[in-house]
Amino acid sequence: MSNTIIKIVNLKRDFKVGSETVHALRGITFSIEEGEFVTIMGTSGSGKSTLLNILGCLDTPTSGDYFLDGISVREMGKNDRATLRNRKIGFVFQSYNLLPKTTALENVELPLLYNPSVSSRERREKAIRALEEVGLHDRINHRSNQMSGGQQQRVAIARAIVNDPVILLADEATGNLDTRTSFEILTLFQRLHDEGRTIIFVTHNPEIAQFSSRNIVLRDGHITEDKTNSSVASAKEVLATLPKENE
Amino acid sequence: MNYGNLIRIALRALNNNKFRGFLTMLGIIIGVASVIAMLAIGQGSKRSIREQISEMGSNMIMIHPGQGRFGGVRQSAADMETLKIRDYESIRREVRLIDNCSPSVNASGQVIYGANNSPTTMYGINRDYLDIRKLVVEKGEMFTDHDIATSAKVCVVGTTIVKELFTNGEDPLGKTIRFDKTPFRIIGVLESKGYNSMGQDQDDLILAPYTTVQKRILAITHLQGIYASAVTEEASEPAIEEISAILRQNHNLAADEEDDFNVRSQEELSSMLSSTTELMTVLLACIAGISLLVGGIGIMNIMYVSVTERTREIGLRMSIGAKGRHILFQFLIEAVIISVTGGIIGVLLGIGASMVIKYGIGWPVYIQLYSVVLSFLVCTITGIFFGWYPAQKASNLNPIDAIRYE
Repeated sequence: MSNTIIKIVNLKRDFKVGSETVHALRGITFSIEEGEFVTIMGTSGSGKSTLLNILGCLDTPTSGDYFLDGISVREMGKNDRATLRNRKIGFVFQSYNLLPKTTALENVELPLLYNPSVSSRERREKAIRALEEVGLHDRINHRSNQMSGGQQQRVAIARAIVNDPVILLADEATGNLDTRTSFEILTLFQRLHDEGRTIIFVTHNPEIAQFSSRNIVLRDGHITEDKTNSSVASAKEVLATLPKENE
Repeated sequence: MNYGNLIRIALRALNNNKFRGFLTMLGIIIGVASVIAMLAIGQGSKRSIREQISEMGSNMIMIHPGQGRFGGVRQSAADMETLKIRDYESIRREVRLIDNCSPSVNASGQVIYGANNSPTTMYGINRDYLDIRKLVVEKGEMFTDHDIATSAKVCVVGTTIVKELFTNGEDPLGKTIRFDKTPFRIIGVLESKGYNSMGQDQDDLILAPYTTVQKRILAITHLQGIYASAVTEEASEPAIEEISAILRQNHNLAADEEDDFNVRSQEELSSMLSSTTELMTVLLACIAGISLLVGGIGIMNIMYVSVTERTREIGLRMSIGAKGRHILFQFLIEAVIISVTGGIIGVLLGIGASMVIKYGIGWPVYIQLYSVVLSFLVCTITGIFFGWYPAQKASNLNPIDAIRYE
């Protein structure tokens, strides 16, 4: 039996807006095992961003329990959560969020700079390896403003995997990209998944669900659907059917 | 946490945003440099005036007869004959805070040598006068106490007299010139002092024993003035008080009677003359203060804006594991580097500008250490504070809010 990476139990998150209380999450329970590729879908307001923030240890639940790799996050302070993010989580954002005017290598090195146990040589080696893994070995010293959206997102993915996280959290990671580049990025995610990484991909685009191994649908703070996808489509194959950019 | 890494992070951030860093620095550079240059100009002119005054003599105290009345008629001070040799002698004997003292009687007249003549003033004084007025005998020698005792007809002349009378380059030493009708033998020539701040030729003078001038030229027994020099600048005021007390006693003045003499120190003269420069220094200091203020506000703005525009960056750094204090430390290092570098460049530029003003325009310039330290500290502390303050706020941000900040 594989390891449980994420276990959440009856998770609730309330926001106070003025005198009203908004229930963004109304009791969610699920577990994610090592090696799963989960898409979390929902329309805006469904609570998926709130869930992602909690999963990413950026936010804490109002009630309920959250275990990341066996560690309870609920009672953790800000600084401990920062360390947890640094060691166990890789984030990929919709808008890449690379440091401006900074080279790909420096961007990828960034998480390791906040980890004092990594030596500078190790940091450089790991960053180069991560960039090679996303296919950017020839763009190592390009600055973020000299790269296309797809390349920037690859740098962001390399940055997310450089610390060897237990979970990769993608927030609408293809949202800013055209169809072809989206499939390229999805192909990359699928490859990372094949290599054994656990991925959570949050999106509102229902098409993406077919490429993941499991799909969770949220609506109004509840899980309305949670099913395993037995016939995972290959993003690489779809990519092959798309017309080439220069045609 | 490894602070080496944080410093590396800060250096990378600065290196990747050189232009922004430069703009921030510019405010500091201009602020520091302008303050240094302006205070240097103000101080320079003040000092140049003070120097010109001290050229006239060191810690000089001047005693002149004051106004008096004879039977209700006010007399002009110059006509008063209240100062006597006895006054000079008791001042010399009793006042401890002075180191030089000389009687003074002046006569204006025409000096003649051969076919040349020139209007000038003959000062009847003693040997101490040289030290009081900072005069130096360049050639020959000063007359002696014996010359004074015998009212010898010898004199020491200024270079202007030499120029006017000895037009063919003759050696003036040993030559006899006539002042009015009295012959004087030249025994010394003074070193040239040039013009003073009021445009007077300080070399147009003849020095002779006061006894000679009193008896042979003016035919008077009183003194027109007494010059003295205080041992130090601080001693001037108490010395003046002592002198006044002695003179009042000598002149048998009752407690309710006005002084029949005037004692003035050089400080009074210099404060009178430097009031204008004082005003200018205040004005320049005001301008410098305003530029410091404007510079400070500039630093404040750009620091604040630069941290605000980097909110997303802060959010990102936090989401990948930076703690609040890492963010704070990074921004603090950036602010320190920018402020200190800017401050140093500003100091160099300020000193450079002062030098350009000094040697290029020729204004008197004096850079004071305190103006350098003050402007450097004010600007760098402003820079560091306003780098720290928004960073402090940013480090307390919720990473979710920071990363979604538009």
